[in-house]
Amino acid sequence: MEKLIFEMSAKGYENIFLPEENLNIEFNIDKNLLKAETLDLPEVGELDIIRHYTRLSQLNYSIDTNFYPLGSCTMKYNPKINEEISAYSEFKDLHPYMPEHSVQGILKVMYDLQNYLIDISGLSAVTLLPSAGAHGELAGNFIMAKYFKVKGEEQRKIMLIPDSAHGTNPASTVMAGFKPVQITSDENGYIDIEQLKPYLNDELAGIMITQPNTLGIFDPNFHIIAKMIHEAGGLVYMDGANMNAMLGHVKPGDIGADVMHFNLHKTFSTPHGMGGPGSGPVAVRDFLVEFLPIPIVEKRGENYKLNYDIKHTIGNIKEGYGNIGVIIRALVYFLSLGQVGLKETTDIAVLNAAYMKAKLTKKYHIKYKTLTKHEFVLDNKYQEEKGIRTLDIAKRLLDYGYHAPTIYFPLIVHEAIMIEPTESESKKTIDEFIDIMLKIADEAETDPELVKTAPHNLHFKRFDETRAAKQPILRWKK
Amino acid sequence: MKFTKTHEWIAKVGDVYRVGISDYAQSHMNDIVYAESEADGSEVKKGERLGTLESVKAAEDFFAPIDIKVIAFNDILADAPETVNKAAETDGWIVEVEVMNEGQLDELMDESQYKEFLSTLE
Repeated sequence: MEKLIFEMSAKGYENIFLPEENLNIEFNIDKNLLKAETLDLPEVGELDIIRHYTRLSQLNYSIDTNFYPLGSCTMKYNPKINEEISAYSEFKDLHPYMPEHSVQGILKVMYDLQNYLIDISGLSAVTLLPSAGAHGELAGNFIMAKYFKVKGEEQRKIMLIPDSAHGTNPASTVMAGFKPVQITSDENGYIDIEQLKPYLNDELAGIMITQPNTLGIFDPNFHIIAKMIHEAGGLVYMDGANMNAMLGHVKPGDIGADVMHFNLHKTFSTPHGMGGPGSGPVAVRDFLVEFLPIPIVEKRGENYKLNYDIKHTIGNIKEGYGNIGVIIRALVYFLSLGQVGLKETTDIAVLNAAYMKAKLTKKYHIKYKTLTKHEFVLDNKYQEEKGIRTLDIAKRLLDYGYHAPTIYFPLIVHEAIMIEPTESESKKTIDEFIDIMLKIADEAETDPELVKTAPHNLHFKRFDETRAAKQPILRWKK
Repeated sequence: MKFTKTHEWIAKVGDVYRVGISDYAQSHMNDIVYAESEADGSEVKKGERLGTLESVKAAEDFFAPIDIKVIAFNDILADAPETVNKAAETDGWIVEVEVMNEGQLDELMDESQYKEFLSTLE
């Protein structure tokens, strides 16, 4: 296994030699301010450094190396044209403080993307500022809080959140001062409408619905629920992280959403994982436009302008103008596919998931029998009697060279296995994965120990996750 | 010992009441690695959050079975939260509490009712 760079260090292994006289530099710093010990940097030769990092890069698992069925994460292919265009010097050499007239190109990129997202959302305006999905949720919740404040209805604190929503929703709403109340799903995986009724009063701030939800189920009652919430004076937030299941088919604004966020890094094919960068634009209905964060890009005559003059703005939520590199990539994706192409990505993402679900449910249990869209959630019920847990199935998949699906989420399915194939994959790849999943189900039947003790073909066997959680080693020490 | 639909139990042990989570609940949580509760002296109403258990896979709140006041957190859990996995309904109790309204105990399920309730799940 690859050592840490610190462990590779050996005295005298530096290989950049500067003349002595260039190193005798006088620094006019008070001795009291200097640390007694020198910085402990590793000494490694240049070639060894190159080999170290090249080997590490080869250990990476990514969508460019193999199938990545991580449910909820939408690990679709990130087309290379996105990378090529966002790397143009006309984009990458810009500075945030350059004068407006000299950056009309990037402002047009932002303006066009705002408009495309407005069109897809069916709402009135978009901010590109939020750095990721949860940041979008936070901005959206700030907007709702400010709306009630300006309206003189600050007593509205109750935010209803179904148990099928993304886990970040309750956290975001608490950060904006609301009080989340969990609504449980019915046997179809839909929101239980009866449970909403006691909250339809003047303390209701609104509801945050993930549509389709974390089970991959599109709630057909969304518009009915939205009407109930609106009649009680509340707002409807739609978590649009799963927009890849709706593009060109349903506009959230048309079914009653007032505020929503997109995940450009999921739906619109920009790289993600391991901390981003992401981008979580927020779209709002007309009466909420005056609360958007600043700035918004506008077009006046032939010129693009940054508008900082928004009446009840929630203020600054990010330095600069959003994650520009991601915004450019997303626009390239829009323009590459066009209206028809984007709609087709949804068709194929849903078809791929439906096909895979039909094949896999022959040997894996599924709790909710409802029609699903771009992803579905299996569990280990059929394998459980042999003592096999979802974790074991996931570990066994690693032996066959696959990244495991999302497991143990959503929490409403015990021992969940959440699979999202995305539209990127060929039928061949999908069939190969299905074969392996079915093979593992057979192994669970005939040789359960093999599955329980997986992985067998990797550098490392089973990790002690409990110890890792209780006694994590977060820092290298000599 | 009385149970809630959200899988907490409450039982009188000596002079005090103890609250924990059921064996069924611990088996659904995987290995528990951290436990915390509201501070000593806090009054928690029935159904409100009494504390949080964190497993390798998720963090889950547990709730006050009836109106209670927290007397003490189970110190064993600070170093050995896995005690909840090993003995959820005995040594793995989570908080000692003062019961504010004994009458509310009648609203909870006894062991056989709880078992029947479990059989309706899944």
